[in-house]
Amino acid sequence: MKALLEVSGISVSFDGFRAINNLSFSIGPAELRAVIGPNGAGKTTFMDIVTGKTRPDEGRVLWGEKSVNLLRMNEAQIARAGIGRKFQRPTVFEDQSVAENLMMALKAARAPWKVLVWRPRPADHARVAALAAQVGLADSLTRKSGELSHGQKQWLEIGMLLAQEPRLLLVDEPAAGMTLAEREQTTALLVDLAKTRAVVVVEHDMDFVRRLNCRVTVLHEGSVLAEGSLDHVTADRQVIEVYLGR
Amino acid sequence: MKPGFLAKNPSVLAFLALLALFTLAVTLLSTAYGAEIVSTSMVKTLGKTLCLCLIAIAMDLVWGYTGILSLGHFAFFGLGGYMIGMWLMVARTREIVLASAAGVLPMTPQELSDAIATQIFGVVGSSELPAIWHFAGSLPMQLLFVVLVPGLLAFLFGWLAFRSRVTGVYLSILTQAMTLALSLYLFQNDSGLRGNNGLSGLQNIPGLAADQDHLSVWFLWASAVALGLGYLLASFVTSGKFGSVMRGIRDDEARVRFLGYSVESYKLFVFTLTAVIAAIAGALYYPQAGIINPAEMAPIASIYLAVWVAIGGRGRLYGAVMGAAFVSLVSTWFTGGRAPDLTLGIYTVKWVDWWQVLLGLSFVLVTLFAPKGLSGLVDLLAGLRTPWRGGTPLGPDDGSLREEEAVE
Repeated sequence: MKALLEVSGISVSFDGFRAINNLSFSIGPAELRAVIGPNGAGKTTFMDIVTGKTRPDEGRVLWGEKSVNLLRMNEAQIARAGIGRKFQRPTVFEDQSVAENLMMALKAARAPWKVLVWRPRPADHARVAALAAQVGLADSLTRKSGELSHGQKQWLEIGMLLAQEPRLLLVDEPAAGMTLAEREQTTALLVDLAKTRAVVVVEHDMDFVRRLNCRVTVLHEGSVLAEGSLDHVTADRQVIEVYLGR
Repeated sequence: MKPGFLAKNPSVLAFLALLALFTLAVTLLSTAYGAEIVSTSMVKTLGKTLCLCLIAIAMDLVWGYTGILSLGHFAFFGLGGYMIGMWLMVARTREIVLASAAGVLPMTPQELSDAIATQIFGVVGSSELPAIWHFAGSLPMQLLFVVLVPGLLAFLFGWLAFRSRVTGVYLSILTQAMTLALSLYLFQNDSGLRGNNGLSGLQNIPGLAADQDHLSVWFLWASAVALGLGYLLASFVTSGKFGSVMRGIRDDEARVRFLGYSVESYKLFVFTLTAVIAAIAGALYYPQAGIINPAEMAPIASIYLAVWVAIGGRGRLYGAVMGAAFVSLVSTWFTGGRAPDLTLGIYTVKWVDWWQVLLGLSFVLVTLFAPKGLSGLVDLLAGLRTPWRGGTPLGPDDGSLREEEAVE
């Protein structure tokens, strides 16, 4: 199976500090992957590189069947290519309604002149309503998203991510700020999504990772320490030393 | 049934109705068409105020909605004025030259053009029309330039600035530098636009025999139509998804990028569009003012513009209009010397000197205590209140409750 995203040998330094050190990573078109690692292991920097926020000093990031070089593209182009990102803190547009947030994220033309004349069709309204229902915000469509609770904002952001219909989802600590019931819902959603697309979950919480029941990549000091099933990596002596052993 | 454009933008209808009512009232009270209660100079002031309201809408689009604090939009306003002023001067001077030469031998085109050049540029010691005046004799060309020249300048400037991702206060400084550079350049006599003399006599419209009483009312109408159309256009731009993206850019531009929108293109689009609106406002303003000189483009003018929009209320179109109309009219009153002096025992407050202090103070107060500005009064009347959940989000492990909810 050909990889959807292939990251090979990337390195990046900030003021002499090597945040990412010769890291390689690849994920298939319909796969769920958890990325774990202690603070400062380079998890967020890794996501920044894939989404175009940070440029690596060396290495390659190739995308899709045509092996497009993502390093030549900016954030917006990468997002349009089909990579969606969910941030750790919920970042929704608080001044706008839930419906407006979802409508903005909905997959459609992104060029200014096209957006200017774009008006939602009934199908778009229906899609927004369906997405809102999926994330439990069906009754809140007209509310300003700034009024939502922390957990609801998380859900709205997940809804926006789904609206983009990305082929690869990068999810940073999705369970943060969620109640136990919401965590279970999130797990089910992520597992379900990974049936049709690639999902990378960055997570601290081992219980959450266990529930995802997927391949795990352990990062440490900017490179991959171990990869495999959770049981496999937790049995790894090095992993125990740097991460689990504490 | 989908709600129509007007249903979704209730302010549009109210605004257009008020504008029409205002224009009608002024017309009926004017010297030319009615009761002779409003003087011609007052009609001109009101017409100019409508133009200022139009540029305030442009400023609101670029600052209030998109979050780009441009301190250079009066450069585009002034350029629009210069472009129309060039035609007005040439056409007017041609009439004068032809009139004075009447009865003598008919002039050759060369003689005519030399005579016009001497008339216009004698004041800066030149008798040749500079190259940029090549099309000044043609009204359609100069009208085209009203849109093209400021639009192109804004596009180039914006392209350079936004591409390098200059944002925030650095961008404000850059726009201020642009307007200052332009104004300093135009102050030079050899810049081809008569240096610090500027262009004058613009209140006379060539080819029209009408007197100023009538002209002033016609320009009031034209300004009102332009303002109405500008308001419609701005409502259209801000109402749909484009408006969502604009406000998204203002609040969190990185997030907008990750949604796949090219933030730079959007900023460039809005910056250029608003520059063109500003230029059209300028082209209507200066024939009413009668004179334009480079001082009009000094950075202070653009800072005033920001003050108007802030006092009126950012992020709503009618707020910008309210701010511009209110502050500029009050400013006219205070600086016109008609405000009575305030005697405080040993010191007499002369409003001509103290008005700016008052304006600065009210700007600070509005920013601190009434961020919605004058348009907040509309909310008060409509009984709207901002919902506020309060508190900061709790840490990840404290569940989905926010501070205030958790206290209960």
